[in-house]
Amino acid sequence: MNLEAVKSIYFFEMARTRRTLLQSVVSPVISTSLYFIVFGAAVGSRIQEIEGVSYGAFITPGLIMLTLLTQCIGNGSFGIYFPKFTGTIYEILSSPVSMAEIVLGYVGAAATKGMMIGLIILGTASLFVDLHIAHPFVMLLFFVLTAVTFSLFGFIIGIWAKDFEQLNLIPMLVIPPLVFLGGSFYSIDMLPPFWQAVSHFNPVLYLISGFRWSFFEIADVNPAISLAIIIAFLALLVGVLTWIFKTGYRLRN
Amino acid sequence: MASIVSVSNLSKTYGSGFQALKDVSLEIEEGEILALLGPNGAGKTTLISIICGIVNPSEGQVLVGGHDVVKDFRATRSMIGLVPQELTTDQFETVWNTVSFSRGLHGKKANPGHIEKVLKDLSLYDKKDNMMRELSGGMKRRVLIAKALSHEPRVLFLDEPTAGVDVNLRKDMWQVVEKLRETGVTIILTTHYIEEAEEIADRVGVINGGKILLIEEKAALMKKLGRKQLRIDLSEPLAAIPEALSSYRLTLDDEGRCLIYDYDASGERTGITTLLTALAETGIRLKDISTHQSSLEDIFVELVGARA
Repeated sequence: MNLEAVKSIYFFEMARTRRTLLQSVVSPVISTSLYFIVFGAAVGSRIQEIEGVSYGAFITPGLIMLTLLTQCIGNGSFGIYFPKFTGTIYEILSSPVSMAEIVLGYVGAAATKGMMIGLIILGTASLFVDLHIAHPFVMLLFFVLTAVTFSLFGFIIGIWAKDFEQLNLIPMLVIPPLVFLGGSFYSIDMLPPFWQAVSHFNPVLYLISGFRWSFFEIADVNPAISLAIIIAFLALLVGVLTWIFKTGYRLRN
Repeated sequence: MASIVSVSNLSKTYGSGFQALKDVSLEIEEGEILALLGPNGAGKTTLISIICGIVNPSEGQVLVGGHDVVKDFRATRSMIGLVPQELTTDQFETVWNTVSFSRGLHGKKANPGHIEKVLKDLSLYDKKDNMMRELSGGMKRRVLIAKALSHEPRVLFLDEPTAGVDVNLRKDMWQVVEKLRETGVTIILTTHYIEEAEEIADRVGVINGGKILLIEEKAALMKKLGRKQLRIDLSEPLAAIPEALSSYRLTLDDEGRCLIYDYDASGERTGITTLLTALAETGIRLKDISTHQSSLEDIFVELVGARA
């Protein structure tokens, strides 16, 4: 195990976060605060409580997930795409580093950064609404698993992407609808039966539902199923990544 | 001397179907400077990329220090430093950080003393806190060399190290290479500039169309294929070479207005003085004298042209 290399990649990536502090940290905090002002205070005050939880508090887990997913995919994909784009990837590929170590460095940094911002959002949210976390360990489990899984997802997108358009395609076009339609701002009970059924095909529904359960013990689906879905997705990604490394797909060919 | 890099029957076909290397075999000896010459698209960079582990080989095997570059990549890549052709740098990093990063990637513990020495040797130390994007092209090239040397490699690949570099910097670069060789580092460089190979290499390989056309000691190559000529322009044209000059290797050119004398410049006696004396004795009047040495470039053009 080339631990020095993993550390080098990890801290090199984290240094980028420090350099772009305003864009990486301040901007998600501002956008989340806007959500709270609009949905929590302005609109939310006219919405009745959902299963005993105020609307502002109800949307908090969904907002954290929205940020976590976007950040982790963004960081994970950018981290590996950027050296591909500038050409500095030659150095990573010619170093005595295994693919697993490369992933550990890049995905570790992307997940760390995503989680840092997630926690900042949680802190920001607690300024606006009264938050109570019923199952802190479960919450942490969902939080970390989601961060790692989606950073890995981002990493794969970064390897696959040939240009900036492809790089942004999934984060911009696919993730927001999934998050918005995955029950970030409502309980799917509020939807007509047809759309309720459709929602069950949305993987993000399970993340948000499980995560929300760890806060308020209310869920659209059984939290155990939520957990199983994330783990299955993670396993799928690990499979894809193993294939990428075996074939050298878009890296060594 | 023992081979430090051993390439056997190496072929590479890219996904597009383009065959960049065709059954290449090559031994690189420890401590030598080998120059690989070849036109664009000859396969130089592909060869280097496979040895360094950036590109997977399609067929064949590469050993570095006796280790297989695919199966035992940790051992081989730890031994190799690579300076790529393109000026690819992290624009937003400082010189110090990017060079230290390279050392870490190669699994070596931080050693500020070594990084300092490398930067000083390359006259980069006063730029250590500068961002990469603030540096000139030549300085960036030096940083790439510093990165490659940060982990104390035994084999250094320089892929077109002086492409787009001005004359002064090129000479500096050659000095750096010379210094490195003194420390026992094996150096493989690819270049378009034949004078570069002529200046610093021990052996020269010519590669074209994915094949190694020849690989030979530079001096032997120059001797075997290189010629030196003395060209004597005459005031009056000659119909034939006079009898008194028949012992010299002379040919008539330019409708008798010019005598060409082929000689061995490395010999102790070139015969030029006696030839000129003999010419004076025969009463032939000279208009001008010039010499021409066939360069590696002539040899190279001849080779690549003949076999392409």
